[in-house]
Amino acid sequence: MKRSLRLAAVAAGLLGLWHMIVVVAALPHFILPTPVRVFAALIAQAELIAGHALVTLAEIVAGLIIGTLLGALGALSLAHFRPARQWLLPVVVVSQAIPVFAIAPILVLWLGYGMGSKIAMAIIIIFFPVTTAFYDGLRRTDPGWIDLATTMNATRRAMLLRVRLPAAMPALASGIRVAAAVAPIGAVVGEWVGSSAGLGYLMLHANARLQIDVMFAALLVLAVFALAVYFLVDAFLRRLVHWQPVTLFARDQEDT
Amino acid sequence: MSSIVDRSPGAVTADTPRRAAGPTIDVHAARLVFGSSVLFDALDLSLAGGQWTCILGPSGVGKSSLIRIVAGLERGAAGTRIAARDGRDLDGRIAWMAQQDLLFPWARLAANVAIGARLRASSSGDHGASLARARALLAEVGLGAYADAYPATCSGGMRQRAAIARTLFEDRPIVLMDEPFSALDAVTRLRLQELAAAMLAGRTVLLVTHDPLEALRLGHRIHVMAGRPARLGAPLEPAGTPPRDPGDPALLALQAELLGRLRAADDQT
Repeated sequence: MKRSLRLAAVAAGLLGLWHMIVVVAALPHFILPTPVRVFAALIAQAELIAGHALVTLAEIVAGLIIGTLLGALGALSLAHFRPARQWLLPVVVVSQAIPVFAIAPILVLWLGYGMGSKIAMAIIIIFFPVTTAFYDGLRRTDPGWIDLATTMNATRRAMLLRVRLPAAMPALASGIRVAAAVAPIGAVVGEWVGSSAGLGYLMLHANARLQIDVMFAALLVLAVFALAVYFLVDAFLRRLVHWQPVTLFARDQEDT
Repeated sequence: MSSIVDRSPGAVTADTPRRAAGPTIDVHAARLVFGSSVLFDALDLSLAGGQWTCILGPSGVGKSSLIRIVAGLERGAAGTRIAARDGRDLDGRIAWMAQQDLLFPWARLAANVAIGARLRASSSGDHGASLARARALLAEVGLGAYADAYPATCSGGMRQRAAIARTLFEDRPIVLMDEPFSALDAVTRLRLQELAAAMLAGRTVLLVTHDPLEALRLGHRIHVMAGRPARLGAPLEPAGTPPRDPGDPALLALQAELLGRLRAADDQT
């Protein structure tokens, strides 16, 4: 409870500061609207914004799920198959050398103006952090556990799925947290480059027509989505690796 | 692998003593080289069937490496031979206990104890039976009430008890223990020594330890390992059956002698 109170206090403080800046600097509303104006636009255009917001949310969630699954599968293949390490690992690394912004137009060209290209973008952004974090976790299993499983005549498959995999869950969780934080970037970048729906599209559209209050309203919704996705994913991951002890700032958790 | 298939898990129950009578093991001409230094060479060791053999020695002398070679976790250099006198393959007949309990933090104690069945099984069809057996074993080591607890909620002594239960679950005639109780406090250590001696009676046990008193309480034969390349001293065979009383004056006298040998060994290295 205390944690949500703190969040509310921080949000209220930031909104107050924003309002003050606009009033003190006497900024015109087409440069920076006051928060009041933005909320008014949010309510007035609620239906329009909600329609676009759902599209973006669907892109983020689909990208996150598919990207995480592909990333996890990629890491498991890397850990299990030697040829995968020899052939796939360089591809994974090289794929990150190309900026996502640069391939966005190509994805739109190939996959169209619809959600497909945005989901693909989110997947590409997500795949790398998930794969590398999880693969690293799979490689760094406590040697004692490996010794124990070896003396128990564990099969190779069981060694991977019952020892290395659960032991790597905290690492995978870290990768998914990063993925949850960057997934909205992939979706919105895709929408900027070419789309007919979504918050990114709405923002560009409103910007061009100097409806800055609508743009900010869309931005606000996007930020709330990004935060919600992150915190939901984080809460889920905490439950998933509940057995992992938190040693750093463990006492900070007590009053949340 | 084949040797574990023919022992049905159901055959062992809480009231029948587990007597997977341990065979005598001969380690012959064991040799281990790390880079340019020879840890040990032409080292011979016999582990008497159904008895506890203890190895004491200064840190870094190669005790752990020796036990790892017997466990099949490390390979000795060419010439190293390890065989059981009964002529059967050692693979699948050895259980391993380390200084860390090595419990999996994501599994409850019962699942941890039964982990071996899961790691070997091609299908998990009889996992219910395995878990029931794991619970019975946990009750035997005094953890009946904690079968559903996670390791993180248990004390070091409880965790090492669970590790003993896991070793018993494996039901293998040969048990290798690498300083299994060294991380425990003195009283817990005494209790667990007694528990291990009772539970592992009849098996061939190799125990590596730093603690002369532990070796004297538990060992039928005690070797001091020293030097580089390391040699095993003539075995000390204390009278009486383990677990021996730690207050016995004869035992304490032997402890003084062992400490003397260890000090001499330490000067040597």
